[in-house]
Amino acid sequence: MHGWTGKILTVNLTEQTTAELNLPVNVYQREIGGKGLCGALLFEHFCHAWNDPRMPLAFMTGPLNNTSSPTSGRMTVMSRSPLTGAVCDASVGGRLGTVLKRAGYDGVLVTGRSEQWCGLVITENGVAFQDAAHLTGLAVSDIHGRLLAAPGLQKGAHAMVGPAAENGVRYAAIVFDGHYFAGRGGLGLVMAEKKLKFLSVSGSLKTDVFDRDELKAAQEEIYRLVAASPVLTGDLGLANYGTGALYDLMRSRRMMPTNNFRETYFESAPSMNAYAYKKRYATKKFGCAGCHILCKKVGAQGDIIPEFETMSHFSALVGNTDLDAVVAANRLCNEAGMDTISAGVALATHAEITGRQMTPAAILTMLENIASGRGDAALLGQGALRYACEAGRPEVAMVSKGLEFPAYDPRGAYGMALAYATSTRGGCHLRAYPVAHEILRKPVATDRFSLSGKARIIKISEDMNAVVDSLTACKFLFFAASLEEYARALQGVTGMRTSAQALLKTGERIYYRERIMNARNGFTAEDDDIPVRFFQESGSSSESIQIAPIDREAFLQERAAYYRIRGLDAQGLPTPEKCQELALPC
Amino acid sequence: MLKLLNKYAEKLVAHGLCSPGEPLVGGVNDAVIWNRPDPRAAELEKIIAALNINSIVCARPAEPFFSILNEHCHRSGAEFVPEDTETRTFLHSIPVARSMTAAEIVPLLQKRKGCVVEGHGVVAFGTVSPEQAFVVFSSIIFSAFVKFFVDYAYSQYAGTPDLVVAAMLPEVLAAYDTFLPAAARVDLERGVFSEEDAIFRAMAHAGQATVDARMVDSFFGNISYFAGDTVYISQTGSSLDELAGCIDACPLDNSASTGITASSELVAHRDIYLEGGNRAILHGHPKFSVIMSMLCFEPACENRGKCHIKCDRERYVEDIPVIPGEVGTGPRGLSSTLPPAVLGRRGAIVYGHGVFTVGTKDFRDAFANLSKIETLCRESYMRIISGPAPG
Ligand code: SF4
Ligand SMILES: [Zn+2]
Ligand SMILES: [Zn+2]
Repeated sequence: MHGWTGKILTVNLTEQTTAELNLPVNVYQREIGGKGLCGALLFEHFCHAWNDPRMPLAFMTGPLNNTSSPTSGRMTVMSRSPLTGAVCDASVGGRLGTVLKRAGYDGVLVTGRSEQWCGLVITENGVAFQDAAHLTGLAVSDIHGRLLAAPGLQKGAHAMVGPAAENGVRYAAIVFDGHYFAGRGGLGLVMAEKKLKFLSVSGSLKTDVFDRDELKAAQEEIYRLVAASPVLTGDLGLANYGTGALYDLMRSRRMMPTNNFRETYFESAPSMNAYAYKKRYATKKFGCAGCHILCKKVGAQGDIIPEFETMSHFSALVGNTDLDAVVAANRLCNEAGMDTISAGVALATHAEITGRQMTPAAILTMLENIASGRGDAALLGQGALRYACEAGRPEVAMVSKGLEFPAYDPRGAYGMALAYATSTRGGCHLRAYPVAHEILRKPVATDRFSLSGKARIIKISEDMNAVVDSLTACKFLFFAASLEEYARALQGVTGMRTSAQALLKTGERIYYRERIMNARNGFTAEDDDIPVRFFQESGSSSESIQIAPIDREAFLQERAAYYRIRGLDAQGLPTPEKCQELALPC
Repeated sequence: MLKLLNKYAEKLVAHGLCSPGEPLVGGVNDAVIWNRPDPRAAELEKIIAALNINSIVCARPAEPFFSILNEHCHRSGAEFVPEDTETRTFLHSIPVARSMTAAEIVPLLQKRKGCVVEGHGVVAFGTVSPEQAFVVFSSIIFSAFVKFFVDYAYSQYAGTPDLVVAAMLPEVLAAYDTFLPAAARVDLERGVFSEEDAIFRAMAHAGQATVDARMVDSFFGNISYFAGDTVYISQTGSSLDELAGCIDACPLDNSASTGITASSELVAHRDIYLEGGNRAILHGHPKFSVIMSMLCFEPACENRGKCHIKCDRERYVEDIPVIPGEVGTGPRGLSSTLPPAVLGRRGAIVYGHGVFTVGTKDFRDAFANLSKIETLCRESYMRIISGPAPG
């Protein structure tokens, strides 16, 4: 095999045993890797509850990892979400995906539950379990520091869970190499439930490439497109400002979620933009293995600069105007190992329900209490929806399928309304990311205030991103490149004949399988929805930009069109015909 | 949706790329709709069904483009590969189908955004908007046109002039003259401008005039104006004839990143302004300027094949420098090569790409120079092909 190692490590934590799974090449070609492989391996187990030891937690790389294909350093983690009960996968950067391939594996499939806290050490020469009790109760940077200091682990890539996971926070994350998050939906809690504290991987093997010239040609095509992309490498783009580059744009388009989505315009935004961080913290760039864009930013004193979502939610969403407090809140979440988007929305929900404006100090205290599961805040750690339901105000939770919304108000980009609703993991922007065309004009601009025709666009984008997460590559790259160039890279690496459109078919199957998994767990059209606020209340309009409520009828019509295009029935459920067409069990 | 289909059907005609009534544009959400009934629709619906796309354009281009495309088809196998920037960055290659059938076209479109169908024209698709199909359509025509003339000049230079093309030339050039608009008097605003409204108005007019003069294929190209501490610049992928709402204000110190949607050439524009003296920049893709930039008769140059990034000779078309540079940033990017090249000049031609011109007050000089440079290049081209082979 080229590209793939052909080996997946299976780990049974209950028995503390490991084995090797060797899938035939046609399965690899059909699933590619990452999200696709995860879905294939987890499919039959989705009947289990998230905390059932039989529910696997999968870490899968793709054929491009550990090759010179641009942004090939990412991987996918998947399990069932403790927050939503739905499929939950996260694409994560850092080094672990690359290094896992160097250790000789395409992925790790973890089941069971260890009796004591343990860690898993994977090298090209063998696999070992280690006691991890001494790492409990520590902040993420301490854990990471100790792993880096442990004999034999120094050169490794590491994934770990922090105190938030130990304390039952339903949006606890898995943290990779200190800074990279498998952030959303509580994958950290799944790992903690298994009493798996860390993964440490090292290796030096090479990944076989089928045709180096072909890969090099694809790489050049991609680099050329990246260099031509203002959003990526322009002076104001991601390479220079990080994802925070979006902050000013969201403000000027009047779609910045403010005060728990009651407003869409944040007065103080100009003093809290990416430029402000750059000046105040003298930022430098860093990023994932295998990436030349390097969209992550760190301050001169080592402060990690928040990503766009975090910047926005810890400022506009909670009405905070203190820049340092945003950085501190981000640090707190990083150290606890919890998702900043869900945490931000949980705080905003609390603020709306209690009617209390939050001071910077209150924000930080509350976050600390959430992470440690202390007092009333423990309920906020169960997610915005559970908290709002408990308070008798479920409509105040800005979630879809129980997953809190990121920093794009759907009233400012209607495609986002449909994308939030249909996303298999809930209120997530990354499945279809219509912001690309509705706001960033890529590949071309579409009318952001219209739902007409968006159903098919959303469907195609979901399929496309399913491929991107399976390759595995970085979604940001697709502001510039397309599957056309990546099909060539995949072909160069693996030797399989493919094309942009053939890959979209693969993506369609991967995504449809997730719909089946959710349907089997009781998800229906009722769950493919967004909060009523967006249909009833206006955002913050200006003279030239009207932020009106979304027309409910138009939304339902477009959702129905989406179901038809996706091959689902009127209830959003899989149909035998489509299952058969895609060769999936119904 | 229907509105969009009609818009791009009309644009193909308005830009002289198709005859009236010719373009067939389809859109798909949960069902397919067409801008008009057409016998080709049935076969095209098979193509749509086989692909994950949301729109398709099928049309026979106007002359001289149709003849040029067919000539490329005659000479090529599965595809042809022009070497201009548009192909290099965006199309990669232009695949050729021999019949208007789904069986032949689908495999091509699985790989590429559009294809040529011999004797029929162009089929191209979009995944979020028919605008993509429109862009691919016009890019294919642009690239094919440029390749046609570049190849011919080289055949002439090699002492083995392509006789088929030579025979076609009079008609092709006559049709091209018909394609070009009669020189209309263009009245652009007199500057200096300082108010945003005046700036936007001047930019919109200059953009429209550039498209009307057929000196840019609408989607590409960019335009900017410098006032106060701010560069006002067209957004990425905006059409120069539709600039309303598509101009970003970018402060020089980058203190706001709202302009993340600004043209990829923002840095190049900004650095030109920082060199001093200029207030307006216009960038178009006039065809003969691009053709001339790709004609280099330097014998045995070790950079041949990589001219677009590596060329290190000083090249000129009369007083206008021809420079290498890829779109965007980076050491081989336009952002490094362009600003020094235009310093103290009317403008510069970027290899295989297009022309940048400048103005010290408003867009009048920039526009006039764009059109003068194109005329100059066409004259130079005619001289090259009618003279004896050099050496
Ligand atoms: S762009 Fe950023 S997230 Fe994507 S691979 Fe590069 S560093 Fe990682
Ligand atoms: Zn099971
Ligand atoms: Zn250009």
